[in-house]
Amino acid sequence: MDILNAIVAILNFVVIPAAAYGAQLALGALGVTLIYGILRFSNFAHGDTMAFGTAITILVTWALQAAGIGLGPLPTALLALPVGIAATAVLVLLTDRAVYRFYRVQKAAPIILVMASVGVMFVMNGLTRLVIGVNEQQFADGARFVIDVRSFREMTGLAEGLALKTTQLLTVVIAALVVWALFWFLNRTKSGKAMRAYSDNEDLALLSGIDPEKVVRLTWIIAASLATIAGVLYGLDKAFRPFNYFQILLPIFAAAIVGGLGNPLGAIAGGFLVAFSEVAITYPWLKIAGYLAPGWQPEGLLQLLGTEYKFAVSFVILIVVLLFRPTGLFRGKSV
Amino acid sequence: MSSNRQAAAVSPWRAPILFAILALLFVMEGTMRNAMFSGSWNTALGILNMGLISAITAMGVNMQWGYAGLFNVGVVGFLALGGLAPVLIALPPVEGAWSAGGSRLLIALAVGLGTLALAAQAWKRLSSGRGLAVTAILLAGFVLYRWLFDPAATAIEANNPARYGNLGGLGLPVLLSWAVGGLFAAAAAWAVGKVALGLRSDYLAIATLGIGEIIVAMLRNEDWLARGVKNVSSIPRPVPYEIDLQQNPDFVDFAGRWGFAAAEASGIWVKLCYMSLFLVVLLLVILLAELALKSPWGRMMRAIRDNETAAEAMGKDVTARHLQIFVIGSAVIGIAGAMMITLDGLMAPTGYNPLRYTFLIWVMVIVGGSGNNWGAALGAVLIWFLWIKAEVWGPALIGALTAPLPDGALKAHLLDSAAHMRFIAMGLLLLLVLRFAPRGLVPEK
Repeated sequence: MDILNAIVAILNFVVIPAAAYGAQLALGALGVTLIYGILRFSNFAHGDTMAFGTAITILVTWALQAAGIGLGPLPTALLALPVGIAATAVLVLLTDRAVYRFYRVQKAAPIILVMASVGVMFVMNGLTRLVIGVNEQQFADGARFVIDVRSFREMTGLAEGLALKTTQLLTVVIAALVVWALFWFLNRTKSGKAMRAYSDNEDLALLSGIDPEKVVRLTWIIAASLATIAGVLYGLDKAFRPFNYFQILLPIFAAAIVGGLGNPLGAIAGGFLVAFSEVAITYPWLKIAGYLAPGWQPEGLLQLLGTEYKFAVSFVILIVVLLFRPTGLFRGKSV
Repeated sequence: MSSNRQAAAVSPWRAPILFAILALLFVMEGTMRNAMFSGSWNTALGILNMGLISAITAMGVNMQWGYAGLFNVGVVGFLALGGLAPVLIALPPVEGAWSAGGSRLLIALAVGLGTLALAAQAWKRLSSGRGLAVTAILLAGFVLYRWLFDPAATAIEANNPARYGNLGGLGLPVLLSWAVGGLFAAAAAWAVGKVALGLRSDYLAIATLGIGEIIVAMLRNEDWLARGVKNVSSIPRPVPYEIDLQQNPDFVDFAGRWGFAAAEASGIWVKLCYMSLFLVVLLLVILLAELALKSPWGRMMRAIRDNETAAEAMGKDVTARHLQIFVIGSAVIGIAGAMMITLDGLMAPTGYNPLRYTFLIWVMVIVGGSGNNWGAALGAVLIWFLWIKAEVWGPALIGALTAPLPDGALKAHLLDSAAHMRFIAMGLLLLLVLRFAPRGLVPEK
């Protein structure tokens, strides 16, 4: 038994990657859940909103890099992020004005809004391709590691190494800050309270003199910011490819539904639940079993599911929640 | 939704005129050689054949959306699953694959399904401690399944991997596989619908999005099934091969009398054969759908779509009817998927792109007229024609628009990205039709 090495291996291969991925999913799911809470439809264009925001941020990052402006050990993309957020916010506000508002005024069935969001997805997808193309783009710079494998081994004398990428640490820290700011905004400010009131009971909120259009605009701006931040962090951590942002839609929806659509706290919990399950189920546990039970030599890799099926994990979680608790773990909206 | 569907006076000539315009477009494609059209009947018929398959797919989607208001975002998955059927039914069996592990594999799959069924039964029957019992059943079933499955799949994939490495088919006629493709898709649809229907409407959309991605991932990675990304080629055809026609003196003679060279004529002849097959299927689907819609069952479906609450109060089992139509619609999509693979003669799972095979189909249905079978068929062929031609027209248009710009990086970038304009154009088309003409080109009667 070699418990220390086993713990380090688990941290290195499961906990750290899953925490970073979970933070990205949580930010994405927060956006989806806020839109659902206020506008009452599942936004299929959210993945492509993330992709668009990231594409703009990458362009600004390249411009900054070319001008020699940087943040030292931190990625330059952080400086470019506000521009990306602003551009995305403008885009979604225009989309709302041109597309969604009509159906909102009409009080169309939610599924029509979902359908419209598919059209928006198409357009945004095309815009992103137009802006940056379909290929993979690398835009991370600055220090690559906070702790790298070799210095960790030298520091602790363990056989197993541990690496903590700057982007992983950054992801978790930024996500925590953003979530704190969001909850402060929702719970402490007048606009935030108006948003929650509107989400809980639209008619009552209207009677109290809350301007619905203002609430909707605010929601879109927040959702665009969350989407851009989530997209940039995901792109920094992995790599930017527009199609990946379409594929990440499923885990994000799973996270939002698991937590209960319309419930921000649930979205965060759901994000981490989906991420940890995905990483734990697709990780080959052979190495860790080797540390914990040295005599045992299993035939396979002790991998429950190949990494190519990681989306199946989100899907199964989604199905289980739909079967047993359709409103989600944290009681979201039931309509 | 009901407000969009009120019958308004639509000229009875509208559909025939639109179909005539469509026919004219194809004739122009076949005969005129200029900047806009290719002037080749081979190209025109190639587009038409794929358009007809899209029309059958659109018919399935139209049943789900137009008759019942169900939003299926996993069309690509059901198409791909249907496409598996020609591989498993029509290909000749692979030598040595069955002895390598075929029966063990089938037992493994049976164990997997049996575990799920047992767990479901245990959940239903047991009253206390059922959570524990179901978990135990699932765990034991999973271990047993993997123990049976892994060696079998590895053995099959190791069997002559350069040429085969898959299970092969049954060597039955390829036309039979079309029906089997429908059955495959229906089975998957039943499983998804059973879970996701009866809950809020977005859930079906999200669940189908998931199943679509998983089915495509399965086709890419399960090499024993259809060789994964190594592709399966030379799937048997229901129609003659071009090369045989070219060597047949009678056919060469026949082509000569019409003024065609043998090579060109053989291509046209094969495509005409496919076209007739596809038309038969399409018309059969439309006929059955129209008969069903005019029956009491059809009236019930429309009643449910237009007001679920009222229909439920009248004693209709809304969820069961939704499941029924979801399964039927997916079966039609599966048939189209099998037809597509038969037409291509190639199973290439990397080609299943959701934007092309899910969302483009949706554009077809919405533009054509949801709820109207002829509308969906018209929309499908028209949108497919435009989608293909936009590849040629888009760059030409951008070229004309950017002509006054000075040469430089911006102009080069715009010219390069013309291909992506298709997505923006289709998205805008969907949004515009949804907003300004929600009943489509040929509205529901």
